[in-house]
Amino acid sequence: MLKQRPVYLDLTQIRLPLPGIVSILHRISGALLFLVGIPFLLWALAASLESEESFAELRAAFAHPIWKLVLIGFLWAYLHHFFAGIRFLLLDLLQGIELQSARRSSMAVLVLSLALTLVIGARLW
Amino acid sequence: MVTERHPVGAHYGLTDWLIQRLSAVVMVLYTALVLGIALWTGGIDYALWQQLFAHGGFKLASFLFMVALLYHAWIGMRDIYMDYLKPVAVRLTFEAVTVVVLIAYLGWTIQILWGARA
Repeated sequence: MLKQRPVYLDLTQIRLPLPGIVSILHRISGALLFLVGIPFLLWALAASLESEESFAELRAAFAHPIWKLVLIGFLWAYLHHFFAGIRFLLLDLLQGIELQSARRSSMAVLVLSLALTLVIGARLW
Repeated sequence: MVTERHPVGAHYGLTDWLIQRLSAVVMVLYTALVLGIALWTGGIDYALWQQLFAHGGFKLASFLFMVALLYHAWIGMRDIYMDYLKPVAVRLTFEAVTVVVLIAYLGWTIQILWGARA
């Protein structure tokens, strides 16, 4: 059978399904956590344990709105990666692999991580 | 496609796949531990923070978390490079830099956890 070439791949016409969105966000949040999250975590941990003064300085710096936004950004990346990761672990164990439940669980991951980011972020603010 | 599969020693990626998931479980457990301590004590001040990180068991748990995190990051970043960086020289360069950076982070972690404090 002769296939029609080239294959129709109009990226403006292709809509990424919900599980696909969760998947690419898992990758983006993971890359973000590696590129800036880990060095930031180690730097902050070192400063927080160095002395009582550096601990207070760190706390004062994090009170600045820009730092708060950065922290909330990390919070979302961690939460999304966390919940999407647990979803992938469950999929590996053949839990929720039917189309309907897979869609529902990806929605749950998106909503849960965003909602928790908002709740914790609001408390942080 | 692999037509002839070697039963052992071929490194098809199953070990990395498994470590990716085991390290994730280690990090989930550590996250629950830290969250539990923070909720139990109702907020962490400097004295408590210092005390926590002076505890040998917590140091070890933190070290395990960081090892899991760094190994997890290595496999994840390698997967990303394999998908998007096709020229071998470019991909190897990114992988090499990543490995060096991650090992440096491990050294930094040990310094923080077991180094002398002011």
